[in-house]
Amino acid sequence: MSRRLRLLVLGVGGAGLAVLFALAAFRLPRFGGTFHPYGQRTLPNALARHTPNVISSINFDQRALDTLGEELILMASALAAVLVLRTVRAEQEDSAGEHAYGPAQVFDALRITGYLLLPVTLMTGVYIVAHGYLSPGGGFQGGVVLGSAIHLVYLAGDYPALARIRPVPMFEAGEALAAGAFVVLALWFAGQVKAMNAVVGLEVGCAFVLALAKFFEQALLVRKDS
Amino acid sequence: MNEVLIVAVLLLTAFMATAVVLTRDPARQAIVLSGYGIVLTVLFVVLQAPDVAMSQTGVGTVVVPLIVMLAIHAIRRHHTREPDEKDRS
Repeated sequence: MSRRLRLLVLGVGGAGLAVLFALAAFRLPRFGGTFHPYGQRTLPNALARHTPNVISSINFDQRALDTLGEELILMASALAAVLVLRTVRAEQEDSAGEHAYGPAQVFDALRITGYLLLPVTLMTGVYIVAHGYLSPGGGFQGGVVLGSAIHLVYLAGDYPALARIRPVPMFEAGEALAAGAFVVLALWFAGQVKAMNAVVGLEVGCAFVLALAKFFEQALLVRKDS
Repeated sequence: MNEVLIVAVLLLTAFMATAVVLTRDPARQAIVLSGYGIVLTVLFVVLQAPDVAMSQTGVGTVVVPLIVMLAIHAIRRHHTREPDEKDRS
């Protein structure tokens, strides 16, 4: 594609987006106004099903099918990270213990902060998942907190310990099981907000741990065969 | 008062977004991106969307900058190793 043609395609696309965006933006309800067409439709439904956190009701009950698509996208991206970032034949992977990523290399303050924050962050993650249908939060948010919390061990300077507490095959199995359970819940047992919250928390946590694990392996352990 | 707060946070968001674009070194950019993530979190809280703010904290402030840093580290490691491999052969 020549430079001129590319600019032309960009120009046409940009102009189309600008027109559609302007059309959409001018028909939005006024900012801070009292007219909330979406809220007026979702709120009564959420209250009728006894889900105090309306966001969770929308995510896991009223628009569960959309969330199903979202979760499958997340699973696909975790799967893609595992596939694309695998150790290929021309490379070899060192075991985590071979490198001196031991506790000695970071500041004491950072190490202590990491170890102190780890249990607090894990508890927060569990709380956000468990109370997702009552208060702000839910499976996705809690899953992200849980999935990233265990990486505080790496922040504390101990990569071998991180590698030990997140065996990749187990998280792959957890990811697959949780995604499958969510499909079953979303298609056959609609409205089970609490169960869906928990399953999504597991699925999202596993997905983030898997994707990050592959990036960690590429950054620290994988090298070309010499 | 509420409008003043919203405008202030929107301005802060625009400032941090510009700072991300103007930071040219990718490793530094990942850190500035993390700061931008925190500002976005504050914006979502101010706009009364705590659920979105939580997702934003996790994904935008922690996971994305971490993945960027790891990717940069992996690329640098592979690049610095290549010359001495050529020397050996």
